[in-house]
Amino acid sequence: MDYILNPWPWYITGPLIAIVMFLLVSFGKTFGMSSNLRTICSIGGAGKYASFFDFNWKEQQWNLWVAVGSIIGGFIAVHFLSNSNPIDINPSTIEVLSSYGFNGPEANLAPAELYSFEALKNPFNLFLLVIGGIFIGFGTRYAGGCTSGHAITGLSNLQLPSLVAVIGFFIGGLLMTHILFPLIFL
Amino acid sequence: MKALKFLFTGIFFGIVLTKSQAISWYRIVEMFRFESFHMYGIIGSAVVTGVILIQLSKKLKLKTTEGDLISLPQKAKKYKSALLGGTIFGLGWALAGACPGPMFILLGAGYYSIAIVLVSSIVGTFIYGLVADRLP
Repeated sequence: MDYILNPWPWYITGPLIAIVMFLLVSFGKTFGMSSNLRTICSIGGAGKYASFFDFNWKEQQWNLWVAVGSIIGGFIAVHFLSNSNPIDINPSTIEVLSSYGFNGPEANLAPAELYSFEALKNPFNLFLLVIGGIFIGFGTRYAGGCTSGHAITGLSNLQLPSLVAVIGFFIGGLLMTHILFPLIFL
Repeated sequence: MKALKFLFTGIFFGIVLTKSQAISWYRIVEMFRFESFHMYGIIGSAVVTGVILIQLSKKLKLKTTEGDLISLPQKAKKYKSALLGGTIFGLGWALAGACPGPMFILLGAGYYSIAIVLVSSIVGTFIYGLVADRLP
């Protein structure tokens, strides 16, 4: 039972993620979670404002079911398939984060210092989450995919644009973590 | 009924990603600080498995459940937007500690304020749609 309740190692979960991608491909679809954001815009009537959203969203309904499923999956994994052992983060990462005012992760997946309702009473934290979200939504559509569409699916299909996009993901991530984090949190 | 197989695929995805800890904000910071192999192992082994599965099914001419040959769409050869868009996404990914899949999964995992990131990402997608024609 501990095998299930403890975190699963990368060499198990990596191939399982590839199987998710392959399942969707074998259903005649593709693996891309950020496309759902465009679909949601379209359902909300964004087609009136930009032709980018003017498409038959019903053909993308299957992907919304994947998104709904992933919400349920997160619920199941946390409530029935996990123990409360702390997440095994490198102590030097924890040390740097503590200098930014973040405590260790314990068993939390997201930091209370940014994500708790208490933290969100501070407008600056709210602003950070809003900016983060806008960058995620804008960037993925501009790049034509996110981690699932470019990094997993695109690279699996040996697509050069996907490799370029993943290099971009890392340029952005490194900029944020090494240059901007000290400015934001110190 | 057609929706069920997608629902179950999503449930499986949500469980795997939660159990892999790839939806952890801390794991993302650790990855970008190069202080753990964990995330690289996940992405790397997913890509290696994915390449094998896709190339093999092309060789064996496997068919989808709809009866077509298995194939993946070619990504548009827009390198500049891939790099610029990718960089913007990377900034958001590292700040919020979640990419689009984990945004949904974290919601189910009980981190309700991720909804702020999710709604904002829908706004970000909308902004992209408005200005898409004017971008480099």
